[in-house]
Amino acid sequence: MNAPIDPKLLERTAALQGMGDSRLRKEDARFIQGKGNYVDDIKMPGMVHMDIVRSPVAHARIKSIDKSEALKVPGVIAVLTAEDLKPLKLHWMPTLAGDVAAVLADEKVHFQMQEVAVVIAEDRYAAADGVEAVIVEYEELPVVLDPFAALEPGATVLRDDLAGKTEGAHGKREHPNHIFTWEAGDKAAADAAFDSAPVKVKERIFYPRVHPCPLETCGCVASFDPVRGDLTTYITSQAPHVVRTVVSLLSGIPESKVRIVSPDIGGGFGNKVGIYPGYVCAIVASIVLGKPVKWIEDRIENISSTAFARDYHMDGELAATPDGRILGLRVNVLADHGAFDACADPTKFPAGMFHICSGSYDIPAAWCSVKGVYTNKAPGGVAYRCSFRVTEAVYVIERMMDVLAQQLGIDKAEIRARNFIRKEQFPYTSAFGFEYDSGDYQTALDKVLAACDYKGLRAEQAAKRADPNCPTLMGIGLVAFTEVVGAGPSKMCDILGVGMFDSCEIRIHPTGSAIARMGTITQGQGHQTTYAQIIATELGIPSEVIQVEEGDTSTAPYGLGTYGSRSTPVAGAAIALAARKIHAKARKIAAHLLEVGENDLDWEIDRFKVKGDDSRFKSMKDIAWASYHQPPAGMEPGLEAVHYYDPPNFTFPFGVYLCVVDIDRGTGDTKVRRFYALDDCGTRINPMIIEGQIHGGLTEGYAVAMGQQMPFDAQGNLLGNTLMDYFLPTAVETPKWETDHTVTPSPHHPLGAKGVAESPHVGSIPTFTSAVVDAFAHLGVKHMVMPHNAYRVWQQLKESGVAL
Amino acid sequence: MGKQIVTVSVNGKKLEKAVEPRTLLIHFLREECQLTGAHIGCETSHCGACTVDLDGASVKSCTHLAVQCDGSEVLTVEGLAKGPLLHAVQEGFYKEHGLQCGFCTPGMLMRSYRFLQENPNPTEEEVRAGISGNLCRCTGYQNIVKAVLHAAAKLQQTEKEAA
Repeated sequence: MNAPIDPKLLERTAALQGMGDSRLRKEDARFIQGKGNYVDDIKMPGMVHMDIVRSPVAHARIKSIDKSEALKVPGVIAVLTAEDLKPLKLHWMPTLAGDVAAVLADEKVHFQMQEVAVVIAEDRYAAADGVEAVIVEYEELPVVLDPFAALEPGATVLRDDLAGKTEGAHGKREHPNHIFTWEAGDKAAADAAFDSAPVKVKERIFYPRVHPCPLETCGCVASFDPVRGDLTTYITSQAPHVVRTVVSLLSGIPESKVRIVSPDIGGGFGNKVGIYPGYVCAIVASIVLGKPVKWIEDRIENISSTAFARDYHMDGELAATPDGRILGLRVNVLADHGAFDACADPTKFPAGMFHICSGSYDIPAAWCSVKGVYTNKAPGGVAYRCSFRVTEAVYVIERMMDVLAQQLGIDKAEIRARNFIRKEQFPYTSAFGFEYDSGDYQTALDKVLAACDYKGLRAEQAAKRADPNCPTLMGIGLVAFTEVVGAGPSKMCDILGVGMFDSCEIRIHPTGSAIARMGTITQGQGHQTTYAQIIATELGIPSEVIQVEEGDTSTAPYGLGTYGSRSTPVAGAAIALAARKIHAKARKIAAHLLEVGENDLDWEIDRFKVKGDDSRFKSMKDIAWASYHQPPAGMEPGLEAVHYYDPPNFTFPFGVYLCVVDIDRGTGDTKVRRFYALDDCGTRINPMIIEGQIHGGLTEGYAVAMGQQMPFDAQGNLLGNTLMDYFLPTAVETPKWETDHTVTPSPHHPLGAKGVAESPHVGSIPTFTSAVVDAFAHLGVKHMVMPHNAYRVWQQLKESGVAL
Repeated sequence: MGKQIVTVSVNGKKLEKAVEPRTLLIHFLREECQLTGAHIGCETSHCGACTVDLDGASVKSCTHLAVQCDGSEVLTVEGLAKGPLLHAVQEGFYKEHGLQCGFCTPGMLMRSYRFLQENPNPTEEEVRAGISGNLCRCTGYQNIVKAVLHAAAKLQQTEKEAA
């Protein structure tokens, strides 16, 4: 379905650079001239620097910490350990997932690179010298890295602090290393479907641990003013308002005296949602010393200790008819959460939105279960460019669709088409209870297959398979994914009890320019550009004179921040509805000034006009001035509005992706010959920015599928924690992307927009796997574990007997 | 630790500063010269966010000591524009949407600036190889490549007009 285009809207867009315009970005002027303002760029008078002493071992008791030599290092001011934080009750902190995490290791370390002590010094070099001089004596303990082994009877217990606790934040704990078991769907119905189904397939789908790895690491500058008693913290956070609430709760400083500022953020991708020990320690150090304290982590610290993503061991099962119609779905997951449960999910959903794992398909019976487990790895479990475990869910269902197709000898496009939720079924309630808002999957699939000449590709592949001398294996990947984003309705979604609404405040100045303040925070998405476009279209004010501000809790209305593709679905709606309040008032003022009834006015590009008389009108500029100068009797002066938007539902963007790979039979090197991405994010606000987001998401997906991994040795040492080892693709490896779209607006969103930036990451990862496995499908291979780097693919070539 | 005097021309301005011998060029620029355009992304020379131009070559300033630059000329992103006039690479990145979060951008721009002097008329593949020492997590490079090609065309045009 493509939405009809309103000619008036096009006119307004062109005149004002409103919604739909590929407006160039307002942010760019500062970034291209080196005038960005990132956390590490901030300097304050008297500022000192903090660095962290970290554990070299993955599991150990701390026998002693000797600060004395460190305190002698020139420039070192203080060294803090858990003992120093204890009197403040800040040596442990609550996590977003209902667990606690050590701020500084309290008697025990639970993962390599865990925070053990902090050193505060005059400059960053002296702080690093101090870190080297702190002597910590460890008594090593057995290390538990395999989540399956962690749950065995008699397994080494990791969390002494939870001894005897049989109830966790999400129900009963069955084992000292067990965190929760969470289920969704109808087990009895799913089991019944499997009992009677003629066809069943099952596959272990492992989604390895990866790290979001934004180019800017995490850090903060904390500044407590002992005279005023207030705390300002500049921080790399995707959710500054939530940080303010947490800081106030932890420190006891009234929330009105805490100011959190997320300045320019050098990429987030989920990594900057959580609250890390470094932030807490810098704040404590500032309170103790009465000086601004800067902490900036290095890359090794970032990859080793801040939030990872994924690490899901998923057993997928499909029950089907012989012609490939799905009757039931079961998914059983073991989730490795590391040493503390610090997942960033809405409170009631310890496995996030994993129950979107029925995907784009009309599956009558479905059930999933996710079991969280502690291991000696860093905590985390964030949504790496996705909405709360949606990537894992999409991966498992799309892999299982391929497995089923292969089992039945049905083409992978055909089996998807046979099972799609049809467009007339929307709004569609899935077996897991999600109400999908809108979709047209078949049109998207048809468009992609035609654009890529799918039949031709299959014919080429058949010819190559028939030629034993062909130096390459050709694989075709295909995925038709649906995401659930825009968290979320507060009846279901909250973070630490705060509903996941978002907010917008718009003020129109007397001279007709405007400022909008938001509860979200851009990290490269271009909010300052796109949000202004929404206001331009809604209010008839040129984008150029609309200023958008975010990230400063002392000026912006409360909001839950930017992650899970929620900015446009939630904050974008708040903008539209705040603007509509202003629009309604402007209409009243215009009617008053023109001495006609409100119904006698037409809304034109930037003005209200008396019906049938082009000469009588009031522009928004006139109205803005009048609202401060001569509002109608009884009307409040001014022209501004605030809106807090609590979405009635999630939004469900979707897409169909196709990928063609050629695998070198000699080396296992996999070349992406073609990648075609069709996305449907509903109403499109800035096509240029959408395309940029899709390019970026596809590239991050390529990184995950083809190279990213976090391997541990038997002692729990992370073997890939620098950019030497952790794969971030360069311009050379990165494929060239082709993008396309359909437009199926969300019926419940004021603008019809659904959110887009995560779709390409979520959708592309299974597409790459689908393509690589497809290259081996004729040899009986059904699944291969990511990442599909040359060595691993070469191993498969050897195993399948086709290596040259 | 004893300090050493270094004399460096930064963006055309001669500076004389006393620094610790271990001071990295990136810290010298960011802390001593207040030029925070170049960023630190990895400390291991992989990401290129700290790329600056040193005596006519691209260097990663996180693995270069300030004292090595004594008597040298350094150009950073802050020195690219001539007054209000953007350099062609800056214009290219703006017009082709070659940046998102902006963190890699100063390094990318400085590498592109030097690359287009090494190869004024590159192919797309040559651009990709030419900027492969600089990582970007946001854009997927496609628009960065376009931006560099845009700048190449503009620079050639300007040269033609001057001739």
